[in-house]
Amino acid sequence: MYPAQFQYYTPKNIGEASELLRKHSGESKVLAGGMSLIPVLKLRLTRFEHIVDISGIKGLADISEEKGHIRIGALATHGEVEASGLIRKKAFLMSETASHIGDEQVRNMGTIGGGLCHADPSGDWGSALIAMRGTVQVSSSDGSREIRADDFFVDSFTPALGEDEILSSVTIPVYGERSSGTYAKLERRAGDFAVLGAAVQLKVDEQDVCKYVGIGLTSLGMTNIRSESAEKALIGKELTPESIADAAESSRDDMDPLDDAIRGSAEYKKEVGSEYVKRALLEAMNRLRGGTK
Amino acid sequence: MISSQRKKRKEVSVQKIDLEFELNGVPVEADVEPRSLLAFFLRDHLGVKGIHVGCDTTNCGACTVLMDGKSVKSCTVLAARANGTKVTTVEGISSNGNLSALQESFARNHALQCGYCTPGFLMSSLYLLGKNPHPSEEEIRKGLAGNLCMCTGYLNIIKAVKEASSSNFGSEAGNRNNKNSGGS
Ligand SMILES: Cc1cc2nc3c(=O)[nH]c(=O)nc-3n(C[C@H](O)[C@H](O)[C@H](O)COP(=O)(O)OP(=O)(O)OC[C@H]3O[C@@H](n4cnc5c(N)ncnc54)[C@H](O)[C@@H]3O)c2cc1C
Ligand code: FES
Ligand code: FES
Repeated sequence: MYPAQFQYYTPKNIGEASELLRKHSGESKVLAGGMSLIPVLKLRLTRFEHIVDISGIKGLADISEEKGHIRIGALATHGEVEASGLIRKKAFLMSETASHIGDEQVRNMGTIGGGLCHADPSGDWGSALIAMRGTVQVSSSDGSREIRADDFFVDSFTPALGEDEILSSVTIPVYGERSSGTYAKLERRAGDFAVLGAAVQLKVDEQDVCKYVGIGLTSLGMTNIRSESAEKALIGKELTPESIADAAESSRDDMDPLDDAIRGSAEYKKEVGSEYVKRALLEAMNRLRGGTK
Repeated sequence: MISSQRKKRKEVSVQKIDLEFELNGVPVEADVEPRSLLAFFLRDHLGVKGIHVGCDTTNCGACTVLMDGKSVKSCTVLAARANGTKVTTVEGISSNGNLSALQESFARNHALQCGYCTPGFLMSSLYLLGKNPHPSEEEIRKGLAGNLCMCTGYLNIIKAVKEASSSNFGSEAGNRNNKNSGGS
């Protein structure tokens, strides 16, 4: 299978890329790792006359720490995020999420920026970003702005990006001591998209009282969503199996999954979804107690 | 993304992209259409038939090659993307007609039947062993999750990779990887 013909561009910087997108407004698309875009172009589910390949833009794949945050360049591959020692040490949820995406070959090409901009409700990155209350930086030839995780996912496959905007990096806070995170993902077979998933990030004080909780859900709504009810139920409470079970129960209120002939009914997904929220919270709690992240 | 799909097709003049890359250690120059995919470009234009196309939809891994030392599914990579890289296919892992230790191990362990998936499994295994010379069974399973085999039931493939790794193959895989594809 071949995509329909297109013109191909390899801009050297974001400004150039943005100009191209603006010039060919409505007929152009950014290409990063291609692991979502190339399959849909090949299947002719969509076509664009101008493909702007940003993969050659220098400096867009760096992973670094700055003032209590970790910044991940948009072009960092899932595999690079998974392998980063800095991320494993300080933002374990991100490294665990990366390891659950697709398979090795997909992780070698697919990028965190592409995963977020694709805005598939069954994509994994969005849930992790929501759980960590991360932000994304987007740029065009007009300048840059920052978008919070909660505001980024407008609808299925619709990120809050202008036509000429490019996601340049992702930043996530470092939660530090007494924090941990985990991603619980249910898949039908290895390397598949999530039937559903729950990303959680926790931080407690010396008394084991929950000081921070972030919960992002995969395939349980029209976009990656936050489980506000479960977060509210847990914040300020002592972390125990009971308080976790209560929070997980209330997470159902936030779920609005699609009925799906392959991956299960909405009812099934809510049932199993709240169980996965519970498991993820329990796992994060156990990691806190065990001293690992 | 979906919105432009119904737009009427405008004629686009066909662009040609100049490519220079290294294929199994040999420099290659060619020009390709932008939409040309690496798997078909290598098979149909360069005659590299070790690239098998099983699914053409990024699932089966039969088309796996190493690009700058990293395993990728070449049916889902634009040929244009190979520009300036080092590409290694199954043809590049044996030398002077001698099978590599990994290939020998596949043969010894009956890790193939029809053989269609084998080039892809070899390239994924090579990538895995280059990164992790002594993988556990679980790590092998995870490393090969992007490759499908309709014949063997996988157990012999896992055995073959395990055996190749315990015969101190790892360092060899790493070297080979580096030599042929610039390392990862
Ligand atoms: C077999 C297979 C299994 C997969 N399994 C999973 C999985 O389990 N979980 C999961 O989350 N994903 C999965 N994916 C999708 C994969 O993670 C993709 O890599 C990811 O969704 C897109 O990243 P990309 O870099 O490949 O982007 P591309 O395919 O290049 O682009 C995707 C979209 O994002 C836009 N885009 C990309 N980068 C930018 C940017 N910097 N700024 C603005 N727009 C941009 C593109 O225009 C396009 O619309 C799978 C894919 C395959 C083929
Ligand atoms: S042919 Fe490329 S993954 Fe199947
Ligand atoms: S040996 Fe036949 S598909 Fe693997």
